[in-house]
Amino acid sequence: MIRWLKDLLQSNLVADAPASGRSQPPAPPPSVRALPGETLAKQLALVIDLNVCVGCHACVTSCKQWNTSGSAGPLADLNAYGANPTGTFFNRVQTYEAGTFPGTDTIHFPKSCLHCEDPPCVPVCPTGASYKRKEDGIVLVDYDKCIGCKYCAWACPYGARELDEERQVMTKCTLCVDRIYDDQLPKEDRKPACVKACPTGARLFGDVKDPDSEVSKAIRERGGYALMPEWETQPANQYLPRRVTPAKES
Amino acid sequence: MHPAFSILFFTTLAGTGQGLLVLMALALLLGVPMASGFVLAAIGLAQLLLLAGLAASFLHLGHKMRAWRAVLMWRTSWMSREVILLPAFIALVALWWLALAGGGSVGNVGNVGTGALGTVWLPALVVLSALALWYCTAMIYACLRFIEEWAHPLTIVNFMLIGLSAGLVLGCALAALSGEQALLRATGPWAFTVTWLAWATRRLSLRRNSLLRHKSNLQSATGIRSERPVQKSMGMSAGSFNTREFFHGASAAALRHVRWGFQLLAFGLPVLLMGWGLVNAGAWPWLLAALMQAPGLLAERWLFFAQAKHPQNLYYQTVS
Repeated sequence: MIRWLKDLLQSNLVADAPASGRSQPPAPPPSVRALPGETLAKQLALVIDLNVCVGCHACVTSCKQWNTSGSAGPLADLNAYGANPTGTFFNRVQTYEAGTFPGTDTIHFPKSCLHCEDPPCVPVCPTGASYKRKEDGIVLVDYDKCIGCKYCAWACPYGARELDEERQVMTKCTLCVDRIYDDQLPKEDRKPACVKACPTGARLFGDVKDPDSEVSKAIRERGGYALMPEWETQPANQYLPRRVTPAKES
Repeated sequence: MHPAFSILFFTTLAGTGQGLLVLMALALLLGVPMASGFVLAAIGLAQLLLLAGLAASFLHLGHKMRAWRAVLMWRTSWMSREVILLPAFIALVALWWLALAGGGSVGNVGNVGTGALGTVWLPALVVLSALALWYCTAMIYACLRFIEEWAHPLTIVNFMLIGLSAGLVLGCALAALSGEQALLRATGPWAFTVTWLAWATRRLSLRRNSLLRHKSNLQSATGIRSERPVQKSMGMSAGSFNTREFFHGASAAALRHVRWGFQLLAFGLPVLLMGWGLVNAGAWPWLLAALMQAPGLLAERWLFFAQAKHPQNLYYQTVS
């Protein structure tokens, strides 16, 4: 409690202080976290390459297809043929535009659970239905324990969790946990459905704690970044920024 | 955030019940002379408010039969702590009521329940538990660091002071109606003062919210380093859980009206009426103050939710 109050007061003081001169290096900002989460040896994650994502939504539909067909029950679609269809999805592709005409950039931006290393959604869950696996860092919901109070969704700054309106439990990306460890599948298929479906290879999957993995190399070499670093949730999923490809001189 | 009526009713009803119980407990501890029938009725009413609040909280759950599971994570979750404390508090109040009723004294003058259990130990425990319960309820909101409107000690202060004010105003109305002049004389000035205080601290949080510069913006949310990133599509044509749960859907004008309306109903008019009641003995001002305050409290809690801007809303700005 005291620690929490100190954190709040400190962060407020820093926010209120006027911007000082740029000459001296800025002091490291005080942590917003009273108790940082533990560090795991393995952390599976997706790395999403915004440079090649074309916004085709194949990851969205393949995710829906795989996860609505699994043993956990269907992802509800309400009013599917009506004027205002709505449904549960673990993954959404959004589109942003940046810059000013004619130098505008269209950025397609897939967003799913980021499997934070310090997930704020987990400690707030009153039942323990929301948890982070020690063995691979996947954040999961035990649908049999979830009471549908929606508190974890409030506690996620990314809006990664969606309540299934039919089952009345909180749902989210599982990194296809029922697929990546399935010995019945051929080895090349033991990847999340979205990764398999992406036609441009914009989605990489692997262990971000292994420095030699494809995802770790991509983050290192391509300047991978986390979303909303200001909340210190340490998202495991990272994004690779757009690259300027100069026009070839002929 | 979308204000869910289950939570609005739960927090206002339970908060008022807690406030009324704190008033009755303190009155007994300080030996304010009251008729035993009145004491039992007031505690019974507070208990009903708590039970109604508990019922309202159940309406918020998708799986009501699994609610018992919510006691498990008390080590990390403020909601779990609240879920444990609320039924325990209700049981404590029931015990207190029984101890007082079993005391069997029919007369008045502070000896409702002759034993020290009903007049000293249980009321002291009730005051402490009520404070702890307010703290847990408020921390459910105040512990979410990125909902910056909530993540502040003022949230705790306001939940406590507003609940206390509601309980005191209701207690004064009950005392005025039942002709408990001694209780009214002792409590009236406090109801007046605490309502003023609650208004002042709530205004502080309103001021803080209006000056708040949020840490997150579309650049930090997407990592797009451009000057003016604009959303062109949120990824679906109609709504989703994200657009229903985190947006209040009311116009800016409606928010402004509620902001002034709740201050008038929950604090301004009750303070005026109670001032009138203090100088001019009569039951009407107290009764009116309580009747005015009830919808004001609901409106206050509605705005508490509506004003909270969840950072996920940055991702849901444009349908298509």
